[in-house]
Amino acid sequence: MSEDMILVDDKGIRIDGRTAEEPRDLKIEAGVLKNADGSAYVELGKNKVLAAVYGPRECHPRHLQDPTKAIIQCKYNMQAYSVDDRKRPGTDRRSVEISKIISEALENVVLTGLYPRASIDVYIEILQANAGTRCAGLTAASVALADAGIPMKDIVASIAAGKADGHVLLDLNKEEDNFGEADVPMAIVPTTGEIVLLQMDGNMTREEFDRAIELGVEGCGRVYEMQKDALKRRYSADVDDEEEEDESDEQ
Amino acid sequence: MSSKIISEIRRDYIVNQLKEGKRTDGRGVKDVRNIEYEIGLIGTADGSAKVTLGDTTVIAGVKIIPGTPFSDKPNSGVLTTGAEFIPLAHSSFESGPPGEDSIELARVVDRGIRESGMIDVDKLCIVAGEEVWMCYVDIYVIDYCGNLFDACNLAAVLAIKNAIIPGERYGKGEDKPLPVTCTPISVTFAKIGKDLIIDPNFDEEHIASARLTVTTDDEGNFRAMQKGGQGSISLDELSACLDMAVETGIEIRKKIE
Repeated sequence: MSEDMILVDDKGIRIDGRTAEEPRDLKIEAGVLKNADGSAYVELGKNKVLAAVYGPRECHPRHLQDPTKAIIQCKYNMQAYSVDDRKRPGTDRRSVEISKIISEALENVVLTGLYPRASIDVYIEILQANAGTRCAGLTAASVALADAGIPMKDIVASIAAGKADGHVLLDLNKEEDNFGEADVPMAIVPTTGEIVLLQMDGNMTREEFDRAIELGVEGCGRVYEMQKDALKRRYSADVDDEEEEDESDEQ
Repeated sequence: MSSKIISEIRRDYIVNQLKEGKRTDGRGVKDVRNIEYEIGLIGTADGSAKVTLGDTTVIAGVKIIPGTPFSDKPNSGVLTTGAEFIPLAHSSFESGPPGEDSIELARVVDRGIRESGMIDVDKLCIVAGEEVWMCYVDIYVIDYCGNLFDACNLAAVLAIKNAIIPGERYGKGEDKPLPVTCTPISVTFAKIGKDLIIDPNFDEEHIASARLTVTTDDEGNFRAMQKGGQGSISLDELSACLDMAVETGIEIRKKIE
């Protein structure tokens, strides 16, 4: 790909046909794994992400135990075949950083004070990557926590904004991330509007950055609706089944 | 299923059911759990497959990249198989370097593929003695509910069968399918008391005294075997396993073709 590739055309249309404000297709499914206490699968465009929650359970290593509350230990992992060049399995500095900021974002909403000394373990596996994996991962992790029945103030919703060819865009794809000018991943607590994750790299003016935040907050709102919908689909089905059983019992 | 320890009462129940030829999940001793698969689900991989065997789920992805051949086989491509037990899959899995279980699993799967000659490595030469295609098969356990050997074998085989050598990406000629010669299928047995069962589930696997994995090729010839566990297997039992491995191999091959 050449450096002068056009990411946004004269009409403001991006290479995958989206407008600047348009996020990629998002698909969320809750409760996809059998072993985990809670789980979720997310597809954001070409990203494919699985998240699982185990806990609250005994905290390992023990020196991390907090006598006043549970800690959240997130592990973000990219699988070897998830990117164009094979990624060597195992943790690297990037995944350690992402794991840390996602844990911190989730600590904000989980009522950790209910489980002193415990650990809530969140595993995020990237099956296929196409820019925005940390946001897709955090979106999935929030749904998995809710699926695990862990008490929370709210679900965290996450999406990235950025800039390419001088345009501020919502939800960058891989080409826009690689050849664009800036990337702003963020996550908010939708009911309060608090930002719980924010990173930025690249080059943006104040105006551009404000616009990116505006787009991102709006995008998170849409993610939030999809998260709630996924949880409703998961649990409303169970309720229907029980009702049917109840009815047949009465007969 | 938070622990690998099976309670006494559960163990007795499984053993007593087996005495009547029954299994706790309703199968007969020779029945394999339901197999479902999806091919090509990972767009960034050169070949991929997700396999669900009962409740066990694994994903295998193939990456093919140019590299230097080994000096003793200067014109042959290289196959490398890895298996990762990620903590997402089970509460007993911890992150970190591969443990002995995942290394054994990867090596048994690798042996079936390598020894059956499934991949024609001599056709993977780019420049004789200098450059060949390196074929990495990475397998991730997604949900662990017993018998990873057969689930991982199936996923690896399906991913390889559908893999494309990405010649154009590296400027090494056209894209073409990976040269595949046969379909090696592994069948795993567990010995509980005096009973031999096929495709053990999680509980069965953890009360079994011994385990045997047998990999056959399209002709019903044996290409790889691995015995595991502290218990023993008699010659009669081995013979029964080999017969069942061939029969079951034919059935599984039909299901995935």
